[in-house]
Amino acid sequence: MRILFSVVACLLFSQVYAQDCSNTFKGKVVDLHDNTVLVGATVILAGLEQAVLTNINGEFTFSNLCIKDYTFQVSHPFCSTKAYTIKVNGDTNKTFYLEHHLEELNEVALSGKAFNSLTKTANESVIKKETIDNFSSKSLADLLESVSGVTKLSTGNSISKPIINGLHSSRVVIINDGSRLKDQDWGIEHAPNLDVNSISRVTVIKGANALRYSGDAVGGLIITESNKIPVKDTIYGSTILSLHSNGKGGTVSSNLTQSFESGVFASVQGTLKRFGDFNSPDYNLSNTGFFERDVSLKFGLNKFSYGVTGSYSYFKNSVGILRASHLGGASDQIAAISSPKPLFIDDFTYAINNPKQEVTHQVYRLNAFKKLNKLGKLNVQYNYQKNKRLEFDIRRGDQENVASVDLELSSHNVLLDLETKLNSTGDYLKYGVSLSYQNNYANPETGVRRLIPDYDAFEASVYGVYSANLNDKLTFEFGSRLDYRNIDALKFYRISFWESRNYDVLFPHLVVQEYDNQILTNPNLTFVNLSGATGLEFKIDDFQTLKLNYGLASRAPNPSELFSEGLHHSASRIELGDLSFKPEISHKIAFNYERKGETLAFNFNPFIQFVNRFKVLEPTSVEQTTRGNFQVWSYRETNAKLYGLDIDVTYKPLKNLEINQQFAVVKGYDDSNKPLISLPPVALNNTINYTIKKLKQLKLTLQNNYVFEQNEFPNTNFDVFVPTTQTFQTVDLSTPPSAYFLTNFKVSMPLNLSNNQTLNVGLFVDNVFNISYRNYLNRFRYYADDLGRNISIQIKFNY
Amino acid sequence: MKTIKLLSLVAILALTFSCSSDDVNPLPVNEEELITTVKIVLTNSTNLSESVTLTYTDLDGDGPDAPVIINGNFNANTNYTGTVQFLNETETPADDITLEVKDEDDEHQVFYSFSNALNITATATDVDVNNNPLGLEFNFNTGAVSSGTFTLVLKHEPAKPNTGILDAGGETDVEVTFSVSVI
Repeated sequence: MRILFSVVACLLFSQVYAQDCSNTFKGKVVDLHDNTVLVGATVILAGLEQAVLTNINGEFTFSNLCIKDYTFQVSHPFCSTKAYTIKVNGDTNKTFYLEHHLEELNEVALSGKAFNSLTKTANESVIKKETIDNFSSKSLADLLESVSGVTKLSTGNSISKPIINGLHSSRVVIINDGSRLKDQDWGIEHAPNLDVNSISRVTVIKGANALRYSGDAVGGLIITESNKIPVKDTIYGSTILSLHSNGKGGTVSSNLTQSFESGVFASVQGTLKRFGDFNSPDYNLSNTGFFERDVSLKFGLNKFSYGVTGSYSYFKNSVGILRASHLGGASDQIAAISSPKPLFIDDFTYAINNPKQEVTHQVYRLNAFKKLNKLGKLNVQYNYQKNKRLEFDIRRGDQENVASVDLELSSHNVLLDLETKLNSTGDYLKYGVSLSYQNNYANPETGVRRLIPDYDAFEASVYGVYSANLNDKLTFEFGSRLDYRNIDALKFYRISFWESRNYDVLFPHLVVQEYDNQILTNPNLTFVNLSGATGLEFKIDDFQTLKLNYGLASRAPNPSELFSEGLHHSASRIELGDLSFKPEISHKIAFNYERKGETLAFNFNPFIQFVNRFKVLEPTSVEQTTRGNFQVWSYRETNAKLYGLDIDVTYKPLKNLEINQQFAVVKGYDDSNKPLISLPPVALNNTINYTIKKLKQLKLTLQNNYVFEQNEFPNTNFDVFVPTTQTFQTVDLSTPPSAYFLTNFKVSMPLNLSNNQTLNVGLFVDNVFNISYRNYLNRFRYYADDLGRNISIQIKFNY
Repeated sequence: MKTIKLLSLVAILALTFSCSSDDVNPLPVNEEELITTVKIVLTNSTNLSESVTLTYTDLDGDGPDAPVIINGNFNANTNYTGTVQFLNETETPADDITLEVKDEDDEHQVFYSFSNALNITATATDVDVNNNPLGLEFNFNTGAVSSGTFTLVLKHEPAKPNTGILDAGGETDVEVTFSVSVI
């Protein structure tokens, strides 16, 4: 940086000096760390005592300057003030780099360090607030798709969860403001219970390398953080309103923060999302509306050497499940799959009828930190999370209003971390312990056998991470973690299943009590898992970085993999777990070449991963019942290998033109070289941003996504006799849908209302050409097309 | 300061884990909507003392045990009156689900189908509140000597009226198949 300054200075001094006071100085203020523009920074021209604020693009202008040295004082709420002396000679442009001092200002945000020093050598991708705001009406998984190598696994259009490098559900760990999100992450149709509007930054780590948070992130980690709060007297907030044509609904989200120089602060945030039935290009998708209500409160005290924060958040979502997806056995499946249109299409409605989900997630959190002499920074956190999940089915008579699934998952978690700086060159040691107690309660009033049993789980973990700068260019990192997990369950088995699995011989000691055709058992399982990560980071020069890392992750089997036993209504299949499962162990080696630059930025990220005892859920047989034939899906263990490549290129041929190209491929096989199920097909995403400065910074964005047909998939089709037609027919559950090409378009314009207020108006068109398509990773692809064109308007007001 | 922190942590932990041990066993859930048994009684219209009973029983529901099926034989060129009953026999006394179907007769319909070689036809004789066929009671007419399969399907929320099972849609609540002969 200093070199750059001297170069600039030399250039300036070499100019011919002349007395002229009609020069314009144009400046831009950006964050030194990640080159984000800093909006609302105050720039004071010393001597003249003129002050301006940077606009939405971080830019400011001073006119009528003479040819001489001027001192500019640049300050921003999140940065320490800096002064620069610049020689103005003719119309001059200059970019100022300010350093964010979030750690010093806001130590209490325990996860504040997550993105800059949590993993030195792992592949991290960051999504910033500006992008997050565009997804105000969408889900976390929708937002994460903007990272190459991250896709989503959907159940219809409103329930989706992220897939990182081909892996999802219990293999992807979500950390929200320093706490692991403890919702019911095992199910494919269980979306993460998190409001995107409550977060201001997301980091995706494609690997298990963030050992501070978990050792079982076989797929990767998603770290979300809420707003940082400045230590100064201020009150600020923002409101986003979005209205959408598809679903005839919208979102309103608001937040307000009051903070004081003393370090005291309070913040409140709330979101309402309401949508009716969505539609595909050709028909209404009946019963796909949703209603989401979220609120969060945060208050605390921030001092330089200590701080305390308390927070509460409430998330509630009622989601309709596509009516045409509600089926009986194989005969219904054949009829639904072979029909080009859904077999149930009704008129548009806002009503959310059965089948539906009602999910509530509450988090109570208390954070504290203290800087201790010599030892470093001590963080303590306690959080209590309560997740309530209700699933309503289409039922007979009085049962209509009784949930078929009624689960309450409560978790108490205590974390203690210590971060010790070893020397002035940046070497550090981080270590900590965490304890967690979890209880799952399955309400027996449902009149449906429990899918997930009652259980108590206890976890204790200890970790340590060491990072050393070997020289100016080379950083070494090593970390290790030990997790103890005990799960004490009370599970009812059908006697017929218990005996067919030979459990009566293998686990007779687990039986507690026998009922008519069921037995109560008490599986008590203990898993001790070791995980670790090590890596190297090599800075080739100011622009280029090479990273090589290895991650060892161990994941204990989840309740679904262990205890499933019975009909999963929403999937119209019988799912069977296995009590004898052991943890799966993953070894992932990833390489990352990163080039940062004004005109060309490049990220090249290949990986290879071996997972021992990888749990897969696959069809194994067909079961005859009074409701007809049902496919039986059983969990089994295999040794899987996955490899892939993510590429992300950003090219800026002109100052106002940016072209971004992403490419992602992942391949995975089991130990008999059969492809793994539900791996994302190859995808190409292209985004072109063009800014017209003369038209008040009007920004045009054109996005083209090409998704290939998945050509590698396991054949899970099965033949059944359909008595009504007297024929054997194939239930084609495996053939992937064709490739498709989607175009999205966006126009947005920032408007400066006053010094502290900005308004951003945007018009979005998704699926511009109203293409009918089906997505391999949407479980409802059998029954209906995906979403048609959506036109939306978004108004964003910062104050 | 440090000791206070540690003490508070211990207190939190104590609170957390002290309330976790309750030794009350959970109650088993008996599937309330489960249909374990389909019982079809076919009575000879001209000789009421002669009847054939077909039953399909699967007491473990979607568990691994195979169903127990009692098939039957019918006289050629004979008219039978049929009734079907849906039972949950995991409860004592058995729960008669047929009553629930009758209560919501507009949301249900019973369909019958026969393999091509089998000379039997069946038609519903009862109707729902909207005068659409319900099918819990039906006429069952046999023709010449033959054998094949007879399938009975109960649909929940089918499109009503309809021209038959193929355009009825809805969800299959019952689908049972019997081997039958006309002798």
